[in-house]
Amino acid sequence: MRIVDLLHPEAILLHQQLADSTEVISELGGRLKALGFVKDDFVKATLAREASMPTGLPLMGEVNAALPHVDIEYVNSPALGLATLVEPVIFKNMVNPDEEVPVRLVIMLALEQPKSQVEMLQQVAGLLQQPAAIEQLMNAATPDEVLGILEELPAVT
Amino acid sequence: MAKEKMVLVSCGTAIATSTVVAKAIEERCKAEGIAVRTRQCKAAEIRSLAQDADLIVTTTPVPSDIGVPVIQGLAFLTGIGRDQVLDQICAALRD
Repeated sequence: MRIVDLLHPEAILLHQQLADSTEVISELGGRLKALGFVKDDFVKATLAREASMPTGLPLMGEVNAALPHVDIEYVNSPALGLATLVEPVIFKNMVNPDEEVPVRLVIMLALEQPKSQVEMLQQVAGLLQQPAAIEQLMNAATPDEVLGILEELPAVT
Repeated sequence: MAKEKMVLVSCGTAIATSTVVAKAIEERCKAEGIAVRTRQCKAAEIRSLAQDADLIVTTTPVPSDIGVPVIQGLAFLTGIGRDQVLDQICAALRD
């Protein structure tokens, strides 16, 4: 399974100006809900999980990422959401909730099986370890461009 | 042969991240000839399972008074310092 297999063009939000992590999660989760991938309370549950178990990740390059997600019971069918932000918003660091991570790339995971969570996380981790690919994503102007960049990524096995 | 070591691998929900981390640890230890067994757990379960562990590798915060060496496993997601973290894990298991 690859990132492009689960990323719907309408769940890609580019060059967004959003106030905070709550707004990012609400926008991305709202798209996934409108597309029918997640249940009504997905956004609420994801916000609650983010507050208790944050997902901000400092990366090698200039751009940091966050991977908001939630338990599988809130998901109808597996999907991802992706947002790039003009100005960073603060997520808390996954291993240290006291540390603030300024994030400009948000990849939302809505997965419905433990096995697919693992496979997809490996693909996403593979992406996060490639600063050049992330730079391209940040500059992408259209969802098609994003999907094209992700198509070029080698699958992680 | 040295006694098999137990590594407790914890993440938020004991599903995705801990599986990725456990797999990386098992592969490296096998290559280094270290007998190791991993057990995945949720962050909330660390305290009750720590007593059986030789080492904890985690991607979530861990209480400081847990009594078992703790190594951060975020490198397995971000790639930053991944090899150094694997070196640390192997060194801790050889002690």
